[in-house]
Amino acid sequence: MTEASLIDSTTKSPSATSTARPVVSMRHVSKVFSNGTLALSDMSLDVLRGEFISLLGPSGCGKSTALRIIAGLGAPSSGSIDWPSSRINSRGLPEGDIGFVFQEPTLMPWQTVFGNVYLPLRLRGVAKKAASSQIMETLAAVGLADFANAYPRELSGGMKMRVSIARALVTKPKLLLMDEPFAALDEITRQKLNDDVLQLWKNSGVTVIFVTHSVFESVYLSNRIVVMRARPGQVFTDMPVHTSQERDELYRASEEYRAGCFDVSKALQDAIHVGGGAH
Amino acid sequence: MSISIETTRDANAGTDAAVAVLIPRTSTQEKVLRIVVPIVTVLIVVALWQGIVIANHIPKYILPGPWDVALSFSTDWPILLPALWVTLQITFGALFVALIGGVAMAVILVQSRWIELAVYPLTVILQVTPIVAIAPLLLIYAPNTPTALLICAFLVAFFPILSNMVQGLKSVDHNLLNLFDLYGASRWQQLIYLKLPAAQPYFMGGLRIGGGLALIAAVVAEFAAGSSGAGSGLAFRLLEAQYRLNIPRLFAALLLLSATGVAIFGLTSFISWLALRHWHESAIRREN
Repeated sequence: MTEASLIDSTTKSPSATSTARPVVSMRHVSKVFSNGTLALSDMSLDVLRGEFISLLGPSGCGKSTALRIIAGLGAPSSGSIDWPSSRINSRGLPEGDIGFVFQEPTLMPWQTVFGNVYLPLRLRGVAKKAASSQIMETLAAVGLADFANAYPRELSGGMKMRVSIARALVTKPKLLLMDEPFAALDEITRQKLNDDVLQLWKNSGVTVIFVTHSVFESVYLSNRIVVMRARPGQVFTDMPVHTSQERDELYRASEEYRAGCFDVSKALQDAIHVGGGAH
Repeated sequence: MSISIETTRDANAGTDAAVAVLIPRTSTQEKVLRIVVPIVTVLIVVALWQGIVIANHIPKYILPGPWDVALSFSTDWPILLPALWVTLQITFGALFVALIGGVAMAVILVQSRWIELAVYPLTVILQVTPIVAIAPLLLIYAPNTPTALLICAFLVAFFPILSNMVQGLKSVDHNLLNLFDLYGASRWQQLIYLKLPAAQPYFMGGLRIGGGLALIAAVVAEFAAGSSGAGSGLAFRLLEAQYRLNIPRLFAALLLLSATGVAIFGLTSFISWLALRHWHESAIRREN
């Protein structure tokens, strides 16, 4: 972004809740696809450092589109994305500050686990030897240290997803974007990975934007849920999630969690109702 | 990142526990069978052939028995081996040039839609025009016969490699392309680390088709050229043997061509297996 818009965004969004500057800030972003679909309309969002935000909404609400725009995959039709606390490169993206996890593991099948995690560093021109310890550290963090030399096809779905997460984390990004990463996994694997992601988030202090269509997942994981509506894709409500306890098996069975799910479900129902969609 | 999650190894890891897929081993018995069965089949066919020739008293200028063909090998090898060498040179020379040309052309074609629109029709025209019809022209324009034969074989082997490679380069997972964009990969990095590796299975398909076609084209082109003398290949020796009613030698030349074809198929299949064995479905044995 330009110098002007950078200053503009900091003056315009004082972020009453925090003195810290947002990691990323979407300002009146709209996106019209080439077929005329209005995917996003006038969406504004400030993401603060260390937050775990879930973008929740019915299909077609533009949550994945918003995530991709933040990642620089497709420019917004109007509005701007600002990175108030990052150095911006020539492509308008913060240098090496974003990790992205797709819905599919999106691994290169011809590369080993090690080779796949090495990719972001390789593209930056880091030599294999120099990158090796960092890669092994990241693989250990997702519990795959013993599988560095395995090929993706030899892994289970959950393990492939872990490789994908390791690849996103190997550059030590400030912001981790996850686009319905566990939607295709079975329930048990999904719970396990939810816990793992929470732990990674706690330990590394990375900011996470997590796209999901699961109320339960969003309440379990995030400390802020942005519910979106469809037609046009917009922020419907922005609700914080406060918990008094650790997020673990006990929390999952607690009244607090149940109440949270109830509130968020209600908000989602309202969003669907307003959007006029029957999903 | 000095964090770690205890997973995969502990007992309560659930369905996500580490399950290394074991590569199925071939039992010794199956290995033996795999070699024995084809050999026995071929031996039976050869025995039948000899039996029919003897039982019906078929003269060897109509249908020689396998024994006559073997004799012909032993007496005519000074003629057949140099001819085989010539055919091999043309086949592999053409295949080699077609590989380099096909891959390079494919890489250029996928760079822009305009280049593809402009060049692709030309390659299709070259491909669909029967090679026998081009050969006489090439014989006029090429400096010598071997060059003309080489060009013929090249034209035939080139197209499958090109079209497979174009398909492969275009079939890259879009999310992976997005990922490369996200990390700011250059076009060159995208080609080397993503598109070329992703196109490997397609390339291998093209290689196997192109290898077989190069041999066929080398033979057909030589038929069309009708070249003779010291530099002639197996195809000419085959025709010559027919004119002289030396049918055992014709069969010997034919067998050499078949053996060459089988060897090329084996070689290209082996290369394909070497490249894809770790990751591509086509090269992996299934348990069920």
